[in-house]
Amino acid sequence: MFGWRHISRGVRVLIDRKAADREIADEVESFLEQATAAWMERGLNPEEARRAARLEMGSPTAVREQVREYGWENSIDTLFADLRHAMRRLTRTPSFTAATVLTVALGIGATTAIFSAVAGVLLKPLPYPHADRLVALVHTAPGIGIKEMNMAPSLYFTYSEESRAFQAVSLWEIDSWTVTDLAEPERVPGISVSPEFLQTLGVPVALGRGFTSADGIPGGERVIILSDSFWKARFGGDRSVLGRQVRLGGSGFTVIGVLPAAFRFMDQPISLVAPLRFNRAEVPLFQFCCQGFGRLKPGITLVDANADVARMLPIAAAKFPMNSGLSRTLFEDARIAPRLRPMKDVLVGSVRSTLWVLMATVGILLAIACANVANLMLVRADARRQELATRAALGAGAWRIARELLLESVLISCAGGALGAAIAAGAVRWFTASAALHVPRMEEISINPALLVFAACLSLATGLLFGLAPVHRYARLSFSMELRSGGRFLTGSGARLRARGILVSAQVALALVLLVGSGLMIRTALALHRVDPGFSSAADVQTVRISIPSTQVKDPESVTRMEEEIQRKIEAIPGVSKAAMVSWLPMDGSSSDPVYAEDWSPQGGTPPIRRFKFISPGYVPAIGSRLIAGRDLTWADLYNRAPVALISENLAREFWRSPEAAIGKHVRPGPTTAWRQVIGVIADLRDDGIDRPAPAIVYWPLLLKFGSSDTGNRNVAYVVRTSRAGSTALTQEIRQAVAAVNASLPLADVKTLQSVYERSLARTSFTLMLLAIAGGMALILGVVGIYGTISFSVAQRTREVGIRLALGSPPSEVTAMFVRQGLAEACAGLACGLAAAFALTRLMESVLYGVSPGDPATYLAASAALVAAAALASYLPAHRATRINPVEALRAE
Amino acid sequence: MNAESPKNEANTDLIQGTLDMLILKTLSLEPMHGFGIARRIEQISRGVFKINPGSLLTAFQRLERMGWLDAEWRETDNSRRAKFYSLTRAGKKQLEIETAGWNRRASAIARLLREEA
Repeated sequence: MFGWRHISRGVRVLIDRKAADREIADEVESFLEQATAAWMERGLNPEEARRAARLEMGSPTAVREQVREYGWENSIDTLFADLRHAMRRLTRTPSFTAATVLTVALGIGATTAIFSAVAGVLLKPLPYPHADRLVALVHTAPGIGIKEMNMAPSLYFTYSEESRAFQAVSLWEIDSWTVTDLAEPERVPGISVSPEFLQTLGVPVALGRGFTSADGIPGGERVIILSDSFWKARFGGDRSVLGRQVRLGGSGFTVIGVLPAAFRFMDQPISLVAPLRFNRAEVPLFQFCCQGFGRLKPGITLVDANADVARMLPIAAAKFPMNSGLSRTLFEDARIAPRLRPMKDVLVGSVRSTLWVLMATVGILLAIACANVANLMLVRADARRQELATRAALGAGAWRIARELLLESVLISCAGGALGAAIAAGAVRWFTASAALHVPRMEEISINPALLVFAACLSLATGLLFGLAPVHRYARLSFSMELRSGGRFLTGSGARLRARGILVSAQVALALVLLVGSGLMIRTALALHRVDPGFSSAADVQTVRISIPSTQVKDPESVTRMEEEIQRKIEAIPGVSKAAMVSWLPMDGSSSDPVYAEDWSPQGGTPPIRRFKFISPGYVPAIGSRLIAGRDLTWADLYNRAPVALISENLAREFWRSPEAAIGKHVRPGPTTAWRQVIGVIADLRDDGIDRPAPAIVYWPLLLKFGSSDTGNRNVAYVVRTSRAGSTALTQEIRQAVAAVNASLPLADVKTLQSVYERSLARTSFTLMLLAIAGGMALILGVVGIYGTISFSVAQRTREVGIRLALGSPPSEVTAMFVRQGLAEACAGLACGLAAAFALTRLMESVLYGVSPGDPATYLAASAALVAAAALASYLPAHRATRINPVEALRAE
Repeated sequence: MNAESPKNEANTDLIQGTLDMLILKTLSLEPMHGFGIARRIEQISRGVFKINPGSLLTAFQRLERMGWLDAEWRETDNSRRAKFYSLTRAGKKQLEIETAGWNRRASAIARLLREEA
C-alpha cells in the first residue's frame, strides 16, 4: 500500500522542508485556536480559554515534532545528516582519506580492468545467434603423432551428407588476395569458406546475397563478399557495388554481398570472403587443408556430436579415394578420432589460464587493500572510542552507531570505486591499444554499463567489508569500561590489538601469495629469455611478404627468378647486410606433411608428420641461425633442381642420432617421390612459440621437383638483415626495390622479427608485470601494516616499558620483545600464506615455463623477503621504545 | 471498550488501529477540521476517548498519504482558517472494510467473554 501519494508527499517534503514545517505549525496553531474558541463558548474569557486549550494539548512544539516525524523522508533526512557528518569527518583528515581512497581505487580499478577482459574474452558468448551450439571440428590422429588435426574436404562432404548431430557444417581457411585493378596493388586478408558458412554461423549479409552451393563448384562464375570496412574504404559504401567486378590476383570476381559491420570471425582480419571450390568427384580422402566448424541441432551435446563424428569417419573412408601416392591404410593407421570443442574455447585458447591468473592476482590485491583500509578504519575508530561510548551511554542504538561507522567506510569505498572505474577505463584503453596482453577478441573488451555495475557492487562490498571491522568492535561493546578508562589504555585494549594483528597477518599471507606468484613469473621470464629461439638479433631483421599471382608469371622457375631478382635488389639497399626468402617466418604459420627417411622405418609403417619450410640460399645467416653440420643451399641447387634438403637438428637426432650422421642420408615427402639428400642440419627453431618445444622441420629448396613437375613458392616472406629494420624509410626502399622488378606486387605483413619474438613473450611479460606490481604493492602494504601495529603497541605499552627500563631491563631486551611480536604476526601470516600460495599457484601451472609451481627456491626467497621486511618494520618502532625515559613514561598517562 | 469499568477510565489511549477507523467514520458524515474531529469523537464516546492532538494530526498525515483523505484550508464557521479533511472514495471503501473487520472481531471477543462468564 505504499502508493503514489506516499512518494510524492515525501519528495515534496524533502524538496521544501520549511514549507512542510510551516504547514504543520499552521495546523497545530489552528487546532489550538479552535480549542480556545470551544473553551470560550463554555464561558471562559479569551485568556483563560487559551491557557485551558494549551493545557489540554500539551507543548505545541512536541505536537509539531510528533507530526513531523511521520514519513519515510525522515529516515532519508537522518541518513543525509549522517552522511554530512561522515563527509565532514573525512575532510578533516585529508591524508587519511586520500590514502584509503587511493588504496581502494587501485584495488577496484585493477580488478575491474582485468574483469573487463575476463568478461569480454571468456564470459561473453561469440557474436552469433545460439553461439553455444557452434563447435569446432577438431580431430586427433594418434597413429601419426598428431594431437590436433583440422578438417579435410572429404570429411566436410561426409559430415554434411551423413550427420545426425549437426544442423550444418562449414569449412574455412585463412586466405589473402592481391587486388590489382586499383591504383596501388594491395594485399588484402580474408577467408575462403564453404558455401554454407554464413548460414552455419547464423549471420545474414547486410547487402546482397550469401553464397549458394553453386558458388562452391569450380568452373562457375567467381564471386566474392566484401567486409563492411573494405566496402566503405574501397567503394565508399556505394550500394551499387553488387554485381561489380573486382580483379584479385588477375582473375575477375563478382561482388555479390556485403557483411554486416559487426561481423567478426575467429579474430581474423577479414576484408574479403570467397567460396572454397571443390570438385566433389575429385576430392581425395586425406587432405587436411582447412578448419571446420558445425552448428549442432538443438539439444545435441558435445558427447553426442563426438559419437556422431566417430560413426561417420569410416563412412568417409569408404566414400572417398585415398590420395594417389599415399598408402591405402594411412587413414586407418592414423587412428583419426573426433575431438570437437566449443568454438569459443578454440578462439580463446590458452589465454584462458592467463586471464584467470590475472584475475586472481588483482582479486588478492583488492583483498589486501581491504585489509589495509580495515586496519586504518580500526585505528580511526579507536581514536573516537570516547565519543562513541558517550553516545552509546546517551542512548544511541547499536544500529545507529554501526550505520555511522559503515557510512564512513562506504563513502571511502564509493569514492575509491569511482576513481577505480576511471583507472579501469584508462587501463582498458591502454591494454587494448598497446596489445600488451595480446588476447583474442580484444576489440570486444570495453568498459560498459554492466562493468560499471560490477565496479559499484565491488565498491559497496569492499566498503561494507572493511567497515565491519570497526563496527564489530564498537557497535556492541560494553561502553561503561571505555568511559571509565578515561581514554587510558587498560587491559581491555588487548582485543583491539588482536583484531589488528589478525588483519596484518592476513595481509602478510596474501602478500606472500603474490610474491611467490611474481617470483615464479620472474623465473619463467628468465627461463624464456635464456631460450635460443633459433634466430638471433631479431631487432635487426625486417620482414615483408610478397605474392606473385599465376596470372602474371606462369611457370615456377620464372617465379623463383623474379623472387631472386627482388632479393638482389633488396640486398643492394644501403645498410642491408643479408636478405633471403622463406615460405613461413618463425612462429607465423606452418604446414606439416609426412616425411619418409631412407633408412629409418617408423613403427606401424606410417611416416611421421613433420613441419615443412621452403627456403632460399642464405636463409640461415639472414635469420641468424646456425648450420650445425653440412652446407647451405646454393642458387645452382635451386635452378638445377638438385635433389637436396636441409633438416633441423632435432629431426637429425630423431632419425640418425647425430647431426653429422644425417649428412648424406636421404629423405622424401612421399612414398614414391625421388629421394633427396640431406646436405645440411640447421639449429632448432622454436616455431610454435618460445615456450613450446621446437618442432622437427624439413627445409626444402624454394624451387624443386616434388613429383614430375616443378613446385615453386609464389607467396614468400623476405628476411632482411639490417640495423635499419623497423624504419619507414627502409620499408619505402624495399617497396621501391620490389617495384623496380614488378610494379604490381604489393608488400604485405611488414614487421620486424623482434615483434614476432615479443608477441610470443607478450603474455608472460604482461602477467609478470602485473604480478610484480601487485606483489610490490602487497609487500609495501604489509610492511606498513606491521609498522603500524608495532608502533601502536609501543605507544600503548609506554608505561610498561618505562617500568621495565626502570627496573633495569636492558634496552635490547625491550626492542627484541617488540620485534618478536612483529615477527609473530608475520610468521602467522607466512604459514597461512605458504599454504595458500601452494594451493593457488597450481592455477599458474600453464603460464609457467621452466619452473614448477612448487619451486622451493621461490618460496624460500619470497618468505625470506617478507620476514626481513617484517623484522625491519617492527625494529624501527621497537627501537624507539628503548629511548623512552622511564620517569616521563610513568608520569605520562 | 467498557465505559463502565473504572479501571479503563484513565485509559484514553485507543486500541491500535482504531483511531484511523474513528476518523474515517467521523468524516463520513461531513468534512471537518482536526479539532472538530477530536471533539466529535470525544463527545460521541462520552469522553471515553481523549484524543491526543499529536497522534490525531499524525494520523491525518498517514490517511492522507494512503489516499483516504483529502485536505483543504477553508474558513470555519467562526471565520478562522482551518484545514478541513474529507473522505475520498478510497476512504469510504476503507471505512467499510475496517467497520466490517471491527464488527467481526468485537462480536468474537463478546462471544469469548460470554463463554468465560
